[in-house]
Amino acid sequence: MLRTQEYILNFGPQHPATHGVFQVILTLDGERIVKAEPVCGYLHRGIEKLAEARTYTQVIPYTDRMDYLAAMLQNWGYVQAVEKLMGIEVPERAEYLRIISGELSRLTSHVLATGVYALDVGGFTGFLLCFREREKMMDLLEELTGSRMTTSYARIGGVADDVTEGWLDKLDKLMDEMPGYIEEYNGLITGNEIFQARTKFIGKLTPETSINYSLSGPVLRASGVNYDLRKAKPYGIYDRFDFEVPLGTNGDCFDRFYCRVLEMEQSVRIIKQAIEQIKEVDGPIIAKVPKVLKPPKGEVYQEIESSKGIIGYYIVSDGTNKPYRMHVRRPSFINLGYLDEMLRGYLVADVVAILGSIDIVLGEVDC
Amino acid sequence: MREITAAPVEEIKQKYAYVTVNDQQTIIVPVDKLMEFMQGIKDEFEFEYLTNLTACDYPEETKLEVVYNLNSICKGYTVMVKTIISRDNPAMPSVFPIWGGANWQEREVYDLLGIVFTGHPNLKRILLDDKFDGYPLRKDYQWESVRE
Repeated sequence: MLRTQEYILNFGPQHPATHGVFQVILTLDGERIVKAEPVCGYLHRGIEKLAEARTYTQVIPYTDRMDYLAAMLQNWGYVQAVEKLMGIEVPERAEYLRIISGELSRLTSHVLATGVYALDVGGFTGFLLCFREREKMMDLLEELTGSRMTTSYARIGGVADDVTEGWLDKLDKLMDEMPGYIEEYNGLITGNEIFQARTKFIGKLTPETSINYSLSGPVLRASGVNYDLRKAKPYGIYDRFDFEVPLGTNGDCFDRFYCRVLEMEQSVRIIKQAIEQIKEVDGPIIAKVPKVLKPPKGEVYQEIESSKGIIGYYIVSDGTNKPYRMHVRRPSFINLGYLDEMLRGYLVADVVAILGSIDIVLGEVDC
Repeated sequence: MREITAAPVEEIKQKYAYVTVNDQQTIIVPVDKLMEFMQGIKDEFEFEYLTNLTACDYPEETKLEVVYNLNSICKGYTVMVKTIISRDNPAMPSVFPIWGGANWQEREVYDLLGIVFTGHPNLKRILLDDKFDGYPLRKDYQWESVRE
């Protein structure tokens, strides 16, 4: 058989489609990918090491800087781990505020993922459309937390602040409009013939490999594995809400993309229910916690469902006011670990489509 | 918060006599039995999902603890498994043949804590530069703070 000589192509680190600073060294045979070597770490700040020199409260802003697209979910995972370590009971109203801000964060992250994915495979209008709604949600998050992206809204024992007057109504109005916007995305992106040709049957994952390689989030569920921690191990008050876990069948790029679109609808459902329910709930938004937090000696591992997958915090306490060790199980990092095998055999043009469908955030990959 | 279904730690303890269980229900396995034990609980107790793999340095006791968090998707329970290795000779078998998800996580542990996982297909630094000296998450690592 006639074979061409293999050659190396550098993809990144400075390339807009890597969603940050990330390099893939591709070995090509013609246009086919023989091997791909992902090189990450360009954004490594050593958050785990920095946390060892900060008090438990001071760590919260660092968690924002990992997955900055859904910062509230990162805050939430961290404070929940510390709460479990200290045995703190969170007030009911705070749980609702966490659900509302957390799901709003998930929505901003998924809207961005949807829009950027359209851009990745060549549709610029979809990208702009998604940013239109994202900005509306960002405004709401800013009003609630004081910041568009790095929210630092969760506190150990509750949340930072209660909603301002009229905020819930504004959110409710936006949530009423969201199904219409999602319909627009479906019309413009999901139903687009070129988009489908670029993403269907590309980068396929079987359920067995997805589980074996510890993939999580929409990447795992697109292969048909029903594993969403909000349902599988309801944390907080997720068991009070009525929602579904969207699943894919083929495990290809299109399914991963479409899973996120469907998850947006579910997030809207959860927020709508939470707005209804929170009106009945009054009381404190933060539990009574000591000024100086000194968790008892011990260790804890707690995980929640972030927008990218399972985010877990492993914290070791030595009884002082600073964590002895903190490790974060970052979903983007682990999902990205399978990129090499995912790319093999596909064409150069599919690299961006496959990488984009995993929906990584380099701040989280590199930590 | 609803408690997660407890894993059958007692059953595991009875089946594998060499493990110990601490008061936090963490299973501690001697490192020479690690592979046998991990393959065993994956097959028999359906811990098919390795969710987290990390390590922690304890210089006073001259030991490194390697932590595995395993989930069972079909059964819904979760368990923490630990193994202890010497700080002076930080080498141990890689669980990559059992769970592919260990691939990058073991590389990260090697990168930041200097634990050598024998049998790992591509054990090299992942977050830090290849020429980086030292293992930053070790407690004796000296670093310069930008704060006073």
